[in-house]
Amino acid sequence: MEGQGLNRRELLNLSLLVGGGLVLGRVWPSGAAEAPTALQPNPFVRVGADGRVTIWVNKSEMGQGVLTGLAQIIADELGADWSQVEAVQADADPKFGNQNTGGSTAVRTQFEELRQAGAAAREMLVRAAAQRWGVPAERLFAKGGKVHDPKTGASLAFMELVAEAARVPVPQNPPLKSPKDFDFIGKPMPRLDARGKVTGKAVFGSDVRLAGMLYAVVARPEVFGAKLVSFDEKPALQVEGVVKVVPVSSGVAVVARDTWAALKGRAALKVVWEPGENASFSTKALLGAMEEAAAKPGKEALRHGQGFVLPAGARRVEARFSLPFLAHAPMEPQNATAWFHDGGLEVWAPTQVPMPARQEAARVAGLPVEKVTLHVPFLGGGFGRRLASDFVAEAVEVARHFTVPVQLLWTREDDMTHDFYRPPSVHQLEAAVAGKQILSWRHHQVTCSIGQQRNPARAGQVDRAALEGAEPPYAFPSWLVEQTLLPVPVPLGAWRSVYASQNPFASEHFFDLVARELGEDPLQLRRKLLPEGPLKAALRLAGEKAGWGTALPAGWGRGVACCSSFGSHVAEVAEVSLHKGKLKVERVVVAVHCGRVINPRLVEQQMVSAVVFGLSAFLRGRITVEGGKVLETNFDRYEPLRFSEMPKVEVYTVPSEEPPGGVGEPGVPPLAPAVANAVLAATGKAVHRLPWEA
Amino acid sequence: MAKFTLDVNGEKRTVEVAADTPLLWVLRDHLQLTGTKYGCGVGLCGSCTVLVNGEAERSCSLPVSQVVGKNILTVEGLGGHHPVQEAFVAEDVPQCGYCQSGQVMQAVALLSAKPKPTAEQIAAAMGDVLCRCGTYDRIARAIARVARR
Repeated sequence: MEGQGLNRRELLNLSLLVGGGLVLGRVWPSGAAEAPTALQPNPFVRVGADGRVTIWVNKSEMGQGVLTGLAQIIADELGADWSQVEAVQADADPKFGNQNTGGSTAVRTQFEELRQAGAAAREMLVRAAAQRWGVPAERLFAKGGKVHDPKTGASLAFMELVAEAARVPVPQNPPLKSPKDFDFIGKPMPRLDARGKVTGKAVFGSDVRLAGMLYAVVARPEVFGAKLVSFDEKPALQVEGVVKVVPVSSGVAVVARDTWAALKGRAALKVVWEPGENASFSTKALLGAMEEAAAKPGKEALRHGQGFVLPAGARRVEARFSLPFLAHAPMEPQNATAWFHDGGLEVWAPTQVPMPARQEAARVAGLPVEKVTLHVPFLGGGFGRRLASDFVAEAVEVARHFTVPVQLLWTREDDMTHDFYRPPSVHQLEAAVAGKQILSWRHHQVTCSIGQQRNPARAGQVDRAALEGAEPPYAFPSWLVEQTLLPVPVPLGAWRSVYASQNPFASEHFFDLVARELGEDPLQLRRKLLPEGPLKAALRLAGEKAGWGTALPAGWGRGVACCSSFGSHVAEVAEVSLHKGKLKVERVVVAVHCGRVINPRLVEQQMVSAVVFGLSAFLRGRITVEGGKVLETNFDRYEPLRFSEMPKVEVYTVPSEEPPGGVGEPGVPPLAPAVANAVLAATGKAVHRLPWEA
Repeated sequence: MAKFTLDVNGEKRTVEVAADTPLLWVLRDHLQLTGTKYGCGVGLCGSCTVLVNGEAERSCSLPVSQVVGKNILTVEGLGGHHPVQEAFVAEDVPQCGYCQSGQVMQAVALLSAKPKPTAEQIAAAMGDVLCRCGTYDRIARAIARVARR
């Protein structure tokens, strides 16, 4: 066993310096946490005796701004002074409700609940002030960290009220503020994590440093599903700094005193794999099979009216589109740190699913979940990759051989070649047209089911989740969506906007092909066929801000696409230039209807981010599997958008007081079809497969 | 293993590591300077960017034996209130934040060499540092903010 040189107290003291209770917002003096007279009506908010406000953020911060946005909601109802607010990433704990961070849900599923959490604390402070002053609580209000009496002009700071407020019964249904009185909701509050992230102080998963910690990497098979036959650990153990070699479910772990020694040990390790049946798998064959399936009828999944009909005298327009596997490639590769101590297990995991990750850690450790503590450091990107807990399980599997903490790090190559990939798809689109009318529409989606790969018992059924974005938003007299699902040995997972990154690409790009066939302007035709509502409002705004119909330089094209997803509605207009076969996306105008905006700056950032994410995939995103192995192993062959390729992006929001929608994902779906439509406008040629090729 | 004395952020730091250890892992695993990030290991992404004698270098591809006697500056060495850091905060640049140390260091190198860089010079320099979240527009604004001073 390792780490016996340090005693328990030394280990703990050192660990608290770096790991225990990660404060991700501003620095919080540790003594204040034990203040005896704090007001804490619920797990989300505490007002300390010094008046400082701590807010526990239950969703994982991975760039989307939840640390700031969710804190704003609670602080607003509380009536806090923003400069007194600290945001802390919550550990995995059921008391924080559903901590899963995905599906663009952080605000839209919790808005009222978080408001109530803040309002409960505010009501207790207000009632304490009312008692002190002997006036009715109803006429008091909280703002700027004080309770005010508008009649007398008197005010009391929270810190003067905390002790009494803590004795007030926690209100069950505290009154919520009127939106006109919001102080922070709707305002561009600066990100609480910005300074830590530009000074190197922010602690990401791979930055966790604990006394005596060892570093591990895992030798993995190249071929998906290959089995470990044997390994010779001797050459690895001869590398200076290598401490131990341990087989794990996913391969062979090399544990060392620093990362470099672990990497050298892994390179020296001799491992024999049995490749198994997937050694003959290739994406080329899979996409060929998908093309064949697309030419045949699929299983009916959604239908409106008669389904697809081609009346006598109508013309058929058809096209096929092919989309590749994609990797998430977050900038921070997968990692987790695990430490068995005191009969329990402590884990630091940059995860989108804190509770499932904690449960997985407990399962692997053979411990009851109560014996496992899981901290959530910052995530260096997520995009859906960190919905899986494979890297957490792996870290625990390695760490159980030690009494010191072990940090497991995946290399970029590990991350690229052992992802849960966005499935590929082929889409067959058909329209029946006559005159200037679209009479009927058919979309046959051929893809692989993420859900059925996880739960093979559902094979043979329609995968409803895979239909996201496939239902036409337009008033076609009749339409049909068909689905064909093919099994695949490549691990599949949700990738920012999931199937809405695919279906609307095909249908929105096809829409423009049909519009050309009809001789109609694609934006006007959309406006004609969309019912009044938020998507149409977004479309109108995007067209207006983009200057739709105005002249462009020679060699340029302009395209539009729109999609509703994750509770929001986004239209994008792209302008592209093509010179000597070189495509440049010059400008993207985004119009979003996402209900009530909590933080306009975060909304803007997420829309810009979605444009960049979508454009990276459009231009170069492709994962190729040959002989059961992924060929794109690093950023040379899977290169996200670079600085010089950044288009001018403008973001506009449709004003709304509707409940909030999602913002992390909905900006992705319209990007690729808008760019494809701009290419079509510039060249007259459709984009039948991604990534784009001249 | 061999002993190397390095000049990191103005301090002499002695480490005992294999001579081929990249500076990145010396900083992160031995000196606890975790602001410098691992992203690709082969100099493609720029997350590990530090300044060596004032030039932006990829610390993942720089063996420790080659940086002895040189001035190494990491994001921690900027002090926290460097004009570039202040500009990044003012423009609210970071999203996930993982690439930001590299972006900041690359921008510091650029602005030291060219206090009033042209758009082309900015694009050429910043093109070496990937951001998967797409903060490029705000990085450009932050650099412009410093250049205006």
